[in-house]
Parts: sequence; C-alpha cells; structure tokens
Amino acid sequence: MEEIENNGIVSLIIDGKICTAKEGEYILNVARANSIFIPAICYLTRCSPTLACRICLVEADGKRVYACNAKVKDGMNVVVSNEEILEERKAIMQVYDVNHPLQCGVCDQSGSCELQNYTLEIGVDEQPYRIADVQRESSNWSSVLHYDPALCIVCERCVTVCKDMIGDSALTTGPRGGEGLDKELKDTMPKDAYSMWNKLQKSVIAPSNETDQTNCSDCGECIAVCPVGALVSRDFVYTANSWELTKVPATCAHCSSGCQIYYETKPTSIANRYEKIYRVTNEWNYVSLCGAGRFGYDFENRTASKDANALKDAVVAIKKADAIRFNSVITNEEALMLQTLKEKLGVKLINNDAKAFKDFMTYFANAKGSTLSNGNIRTMMQESDFIISVGSALRNDNPNVRYLFNNIQKLNKGAGLYFHPIGDKVIENLGKNVACIENKINSEEAVLYWILDNFADKEKLPAEVKDYLASLSTTTKKTISETVMEDVVETVVDEATGESKEVTKKVPKKVDKEIEVNKSKLLEIFGAPSDFADTIEKFLAKKENFSLVVGEDLYFHPRSKNLAILVALIESTTPFNIAIIPPKTNSLGVSLICDLDDECSGYVIGYNEVGDFRLSALGDGDLDMPAMNQQEGTLTNMHKRVVPTNAALSYNGYILNDILNELGMGERLTIDWTKELPVKEGFEAREFDSLPNGYNNDGSENRGYGLKSQKVKATESLPKEISSNEMSADVMAYRCNPQRQFNEFTATAHQIFEPFALYASEEKASELGSRVAIDLDGTEFVLDVKIDDRMSGDIVKLPDFKHSFEIYKFFGQNRFKSISIRKA
Amino acid sequence: MAHIEEHKDTQAIQREKQNYIMLDLGKTPQFGIPAFIQVVKRSLSRELLKGLGVTFREMINALFKGKLHTTQYPFEKLPIAPRYRAIHEMLRLLESGHYRCIGCGLCEKICISNCIAMETRYDENQRKEVSEYTINFGRCIFCGYCAEVCPELAIVHGGRYENASEQRAGFSLFEDMLTPIDKLKEQNEFAGFGSISPNADENIKKTPLAY
Repeated sequence: MEEIENNGIVSLIIDGKICTAKEGEYILNVARANSIFIPAICYLTRCSPTLACRICLVEADGKRVYACNAKVKDGMNVVVSNEEILEERKAIMQVYDVNHPLQCGVCDQSGSCELQNYTLEIGVDEQPYRIADVQRESSNWSSVLHYDPALCIVCERCVTVCKDMIGDSALTTGPRGGEGLDKELKDTMPKDAYSMWNKLQKSVIAPSNETDQTNCSDCGECIAVCPVGALVSRDFVYTANSWELTKVPATCAHCSSGCQIYYETKPTSIANRYEKIYRVTNEWNYVSLCGAGRFGYDFENRTASKDANALKDAVVAIKKADAIRFNSVITNEEALMLQTLKEKLGVKLINNDAKAFKDFMTYFANAKGSTLSNGNIRTMMQESDFIISVGSALRNDNPNVRYLFNNIQKLNKGAGLYFHPIGDKVIENLGKNVACIENKINSEEAVLYWILDNFADKEKLPAEVKDYLASLSTTTKKTISETVMEDVVETVVDEATGESKEVTKKVPKKVDKEIEVNKSKLLEIFGAPSDFADTIEKFLAKKENFSLVVGEDLYFHPRSKNLAILVALIESTTPFNIAIIPPKTNSLGVSLICDLDDECSGYVIGYNEVGDFRLSALGDGDLDMPAMNQQEGTLTNMHKRVVPTNAALSYNGYILNDILNELGMGERLTIDWTKELPVKEGFEAREFDSLPNGYNNDGSENRGYGLKSQKVKATESLPKEISSNEMSADVMAYRCNPQRQFNEFTATAHQIFEPFALYASEEKASELGSRVAIDLDGTEFVLDVKIDDRMSGDIVKLPDFKHSFEIYKFFGQNRFKSISIRKA
Repeated sequence: MAHIEEHKDTQAIQREKQNYIMLDLGKTPQFGIPAFIQVVKRSLSRELLKGLGVTFREMINALFKGKLHTTQYPFEKLPIAPRYRAIHEMLRLLESGHYRCIGCGLCEKICISNCIAMETRYDENQRKEVSEYTINFGRCIFCGYCAEVCPELAIVHGGRYENASEQRAGFSLFEDMLTPIDKLKEQNEFAGFGSISPNADENIKKTPLAY
C-alpha cells in the first residue's frame, strides 16, 4: 500500500547519500543519476544486465548484490565499497589484466580505454594470477567491423547492444579454446573474480551465424560500446589517437531521428592541415546510431570557394525564379530563409517529402484540435510494452524506431505488431511476441479502424464510427478448448509430525467451450493471417502501455487525409501514445516553418534538387552551399525537439544567408535566424548559443528545447469509410531507400556503399535477373537488381536518395507504384 | 630600530666565525716619488719576462710541435655531454634494424611547443605503421619531454646542435632523423633524459608467466 501512496517512488541511501528513485529501477542507474560512482564495465543503460564483469558488486542492506541487476527497495542502504568489495574488485581487474597486451601505444582505444581507467582507478599494481594465453588472430567481420580478440575482455557489451538495442543479434560468445583454470584458485581467490575469470577463459566474441562474417545492418554500435580497442571500425584502425581528436557536438542529419553525435576531427595529414572527420561517436548509453549516422560523415562540400560571380548569378536567378525546389535535409534556419524569400519575393516553395507530411499533420491537427501527437519515443522506450507500427519500413526509414520496437520486446517484455506490405525478416525475429502482418497495399485505413475497433473506449467514439465498425463485424461461433484451474482436495501426511492435513490444490483441466467470436471484416480488408485474433489475444496479455508509430506510407497515401483523422481519433479514444515519424531529416521543421506549394512550373531554383539554377551542397551546382557538417543551425527531429548542430569542418564558400544579404533580407549570421523561428508554430524565440546538446547522468535528454503543441480549431474530426485503393500489377515498386542510405549525402560518404539499385527479396531477384530496365510513366531507367536478403515477398524497393532520378515525381501521392520491368 | 641592532650583531658573529688571512702588501705609497719607484721596481723585476716566456713557449709548441689548444670549429667539434639535448634522433632496434617507433603519439601529445606531427596507418602486416613524421625545429625548444615520454626509447636527443637556418620553420622528416641502416653498428644507446636508469632492474617486479 505504501508503494501506491508513494506513487512508485522509493527513497534509499547509496554511499551515504539519500536518493529517490522509481520503483523497479536498478541500483546502478539510480547511483548514476545521483552522480555516485559505482564501477561497472559490462552494463549498458537501456539494455539488460549481463553480469559478465561483476565489478559493480555492492552491499545492499548487508547483502552482496550486483548494482546492475538489483532493484531498489524503499529504505535500502547501499554500501558502494568496503574492504571486501574492494578486494573483490581488485582481483577482478587483476584477472582482466592477465594476458592483456601491454602495447597500449598501438591501441586505438588508448586514452579512452575503460580497462586502463579501471586498472588505475582500482589500483592494480601487481599481477598475482597467470594462465597460458591462446593465439587469437584479428579479423574483419564485415565491411566496417574489425575485431581483435587479443584485446577483447569479453564484457559482452557488443553482444548485448546488438541483441537488446539494435535487434540484429549478430554477435554471440564463441569458444576461446583456452585451458581451464587451476581448481585450487577457486578456494584461494575471491569468489566473483574466479567465476568471472572462469567464464572469460572460455569465450571470445564471434558472429552468431557461425561464419566469420556478421550478417548485420553495419550500424557499428558494437564499436561504440566496446570498452577496449577490440572492436574498431576498419577505416579508423591505427589512424588516430582519441586525445588528438576534437569532439564537435552535433546532430546527425540523415534521418528524422536527429541523433546526438560527435564529429571527431583532426587535421587531414601533415601536409594538409584542414580538419577532417575521422569518426563519429555517440553517447552510447543514451542514444544508438545507425550505420548511416556512424559511417556516413564525409559528405562535406570540399570544392566550395567564394565565387562572387556565381553569387551574383544566384541573386539574379532568385529574383526571376518562380519556385524553389528543395528537400528536407536543411536546417530550420535555412527553411526560415526560404520562407522569407517566399514572403518577400513571392516564389513558390516545393518540397516533396515535407509537403505530404505537412498536409498529413494539418489534417491531424484539424481533427485533434492541436498540433503534434502525444507520443514521445524516449518515454515509449522506457515504459511501453505493446507497440504497433503502421506504414513504415522500419528497418530502412528510421533505424531508431526499429531500435525502439526491438527494445520494447527485449527489455519491457513487450509485444509488437508490424504492419507493412513488405515482409521483413529482421523485424519478424525481434522477439517471440512480434508479428509481421503483410497488409494489403493501401489498406492502412482498415488497420487503423481495426485498432479503433479493438482498443477504443466505445463511450468516446463518435456514433457514426461506432455504427460503421458494427456494420463491419460479424459474429461466428467457435469451439475452443480452455484450461481451467480446478480445486482438488487432497489429504497429505506431514512427514515430520505424522499429522494428516487436508490441502486444496489447483489442478489445470481442459474444458471445451463454445464461444461467440466477433470477426471483423476489417481483417479481411487488410489481409490479416487466419490466426490473427489468437495472436493478438496472446500478445495483449498483461499489457498496459500502448504505443503506435505511424510512418511515411500514411502521408504518401491516396487517403492520407482520412488516415490522419483516424490517427487523431485513435489518440483521443484509445490508450495509445502515438508517434508520427517525419519522412526525412527535417520534414517536421520544414512543415512548420514553410508554406509549401504543390506544383512547380517556370524557372526553378533547385537547392540540392533538380532545377534551372542549382544551389548545391554536393559540389555539383551553380553555387556551392555548405553541407550539414559544415554549418551551424537547428533541426527539428521526430522527438519533437529543436536540436542544435555545429560545424565540424571549415567551409570556404557562400551560404544561403549571403544570398539573402545580397537581397537585403539577411541577418549577420545564419544562427541569428534561430530566435526568429515562428513561435506560433511551437518554436521558442531562443538564441542558438543557449541551446544545450547533451544528456544528463540519469539519461534524460538535455538537447535544445521541445516543440510546444499549439491549439487549432478542430474542424474535421470524423473519419470517412474505407475506400478501396487496391493496386495490382506484375511488379509493385515501393519507394524506399536501402539500409544506411537516406539521401544524396549518405551516398557521397565513402563507407556507405549501398548502390542506387532495385532491391528485391532473394526469390524475386532471381526471377528478375541481375539488371533490369524499369519503365516509369514512359521514362526508362536501367538499374542493377540487388538482393536484400531481409525482405520477403514480391514487392521491389526503388530508392529515392538520388535527386537526379526524380523518383518522387513518378510516385506522386503514393509510396507504391505499379511498374513494368524487363530484363536489360 | 631593534631589528637593525640585531642585524649588526649577526654581522659581528659572522666576522668572528670567518677566518680571514690578510695579505701583507706593504704600505701603499701616497706621493709621487715613492709611487714612481714602486712602478719601476715592479716593471723591471722578472715577473714580466716570466709571462712573456710562457707565451713564447706555447707559440713554439703550437707552431713547430703541433700542440694546438684551439678547436678548429667547424672543422673540429668537441664531444658533447651525453645528457645534452640537441637535434632528435630516431633509433633502430639493434636486433632487426627495424625502427623503434611504434606510432603511439605520446611525443606528439606531450610536446609543449606543438612541433611534432605524425600520421599512422594500418599496414599490410596488421601493424601500426608510422607513415609520416615531422618535427618543426623552428618551434622546438629542446625540452626533452618527447624523449622522456617515449616508451620505446625511439626518439632521443642526439649531439647535433647546429640549428642555424635561413627560414624560421625547419622541418625534419622521420628518415632524416633515423639512424642510417649502414650506421646501425655506430648507434649509441641514449643515456640522457628518459633513458632507463642504471638500477632499473631493481625497481621492476616481474610479471609471472605460467609457461
């Protein structure tokens, strides 16, 4: 009862300091949130404890526990270190140092190595243990991963993060082939150190598919979490020491997740003193990157110079332009400058991805009565235990939402439903309570209606919707066998006393029962598998916190308006928290800042897009622009936060603000626009330099500021009935980028090699051949066919990351398109 | 006033403690005639000739016997003390002839005048290779930290102290400082800053090995 009174908040003493914590939290996390240091090597926040290192040993109420997996209790007294614990920790570190190479000088981790740090911290100055080492050869696991088992301390952080966060489960522990420990040690050395060593001596890390190559999404998160220099990116090996690199806090500009990253820079070479990005690192306890974020960093515009004539031409071009075509890989400040151009000069603004998103968000706001959805992805990750994803190719569109989906399965004992016309083998295997429902193309309305039918508070639903749902449901009778617990009375003789007692036991019994089953036509409409109802029932057992993520398919949909209204209705009538995932990097920011126009005719300025006069950060335009790693500004990400990014590299050319200055509308600096961002859309009038970009010790986000939801007049809140938009053709194409490829910038990066090609499942690819010609409304493209072995089904994926192909134009207001293909 | 008195007392005590021997220089003449006599006496005594004699002897030695004390710099150079810190040298391993530098970057980090720059890479033998290394001797202050921090005794100070150059910046490359492979036999172990102390063995506790 007390817990309820306390609202789940307990107070305890750690190391003499009074702390308050949520019930069910681990001691280690509470200590960290309160700035109390408990050494820990193998534990990762947001992942399950592995107990590999045992160094976080503490004493809680006189009992030895591991801080990483012991939960806090009210009134608990935690002693972080006493003599015994220190002895144990010292022995553990001494064991870790056994046979660890002493050539720190050639190790990439030297200077930021946790083994070095803890060896010093715990004060290991001699080496009492010994064992024969085994030969351990370094190897390359993939195009980016380099593993040196000689340096590995088998803390299993890489295995844990890959399973609990990323969801690839590409790594596991394999046999080391080392000899067993001397049995005498068991009695002579501290207990935990012995068991840790015993395990360590038996294992190394290996790809889980029993080959020497990992089959994973190459996100490199294992590299980030590695405490020693065992896992390093192949490109980075032996090129720089951690202390030489300058960390520039920034925001990843590849997808709408807007992850916090550090660009780590150093002069290119002795001869060339211009800074170069050597790697990207992250606060891996609080944010996980994808392969594009980690390896797609060298997309800067190197060729730029101050070409005054080009600037003059640009000014002339903008003055006579009818429209500016751009995409969402721009900052809020740039978007505001473009909006200023529109207001002052009357040019049209054309942005394919943001336009569809803006329309969707407008319909959503009009239905809901306020802007922005209620869901927060970070809270979902901590609390949600049931997640539904609709209309997003999670693995490709937004890796962090996929991590969310996975993390809910692994850490919150959750269940998940993934609705997408294209099957995904990775998502399928994220947990045993995950179902991939390959819904029919454009049947998302039925999916959303199904959510309403199953989860909505019927009292709150409008009568029209209730009637419509009732009209879709049919009742059938079905016999099921049910297990009932039956009370059986038994007489038991107590052996000790000889008395006989009557004991009531519960015994399971199977009973056949006829029940009425409501079957909705909705299932048929979106094409649910036959056992769908049972699956859902199983998944929903003991679930309390529901999340819904909706993606790009819903904005590019012939019925996007109705979908937006349905999403708003789900938010108001069901317990679901909803996250609406912006399609591209700053689509949310652009959609709030810019008034976007539909069609485009006449003289067009293309900003990183096709146009008659091209501004380009790719170095191929008429006037150079800075790339995202060369400019300051803010981005609006899917967490509904306005986050700052900084320039990691120098830029020698003109920026958009210079053009505006030529036209007499500019500010002194680009970041002077930050405080001008429209407050009425939810932005704050804050100076750029006042925006923080980091995380607090308790894992809370201290980045920029949150957008404020704005009240609007609810005008249209009643969803329409489902209309059939079935599409069928020989080959259906889905506009979707390959994994790690998001835009032209990732394509420029040298460590990202996924080509612009037609992606298909193994079966479909063998049917299509290695090279095909695609006919898109009369325009023919010849593309290679690449196998995406994680796809299933017949639909092929056509990327949109190269602007010159103008894929958006062909697909229009739909992510699916029937295409005709012939072998080339 | 008290402290002045005190000071005078200490001076007196010190004077008592010190045992001065006063030279008997006779009486310094005060007037013209006696002063003139003293000058003549001193000039004509043997002291002058004695001095001239030494000069003449050394002249004969230098001219005819080849016993010259002058060092003919720059044709001749005096040996320099082993702890002197002049232009850096890169040493090789005596056994294999391979350069000792492992590319750890500590010299680059510790350098207080920021004159060392290096580039490393992953080479074909899976080793860290120093692909480029420079010291800007225009900036170097010869503090010796690099030699002291070097874990391999790879970078040391040599005896070459002529740093005059036409430009302020003067870069030396790795190869310039590296012991030429044919002169490996002449490579001396560095005794200066950062070298192992003669009793190093006594300070080391051996790591136990099970095999």
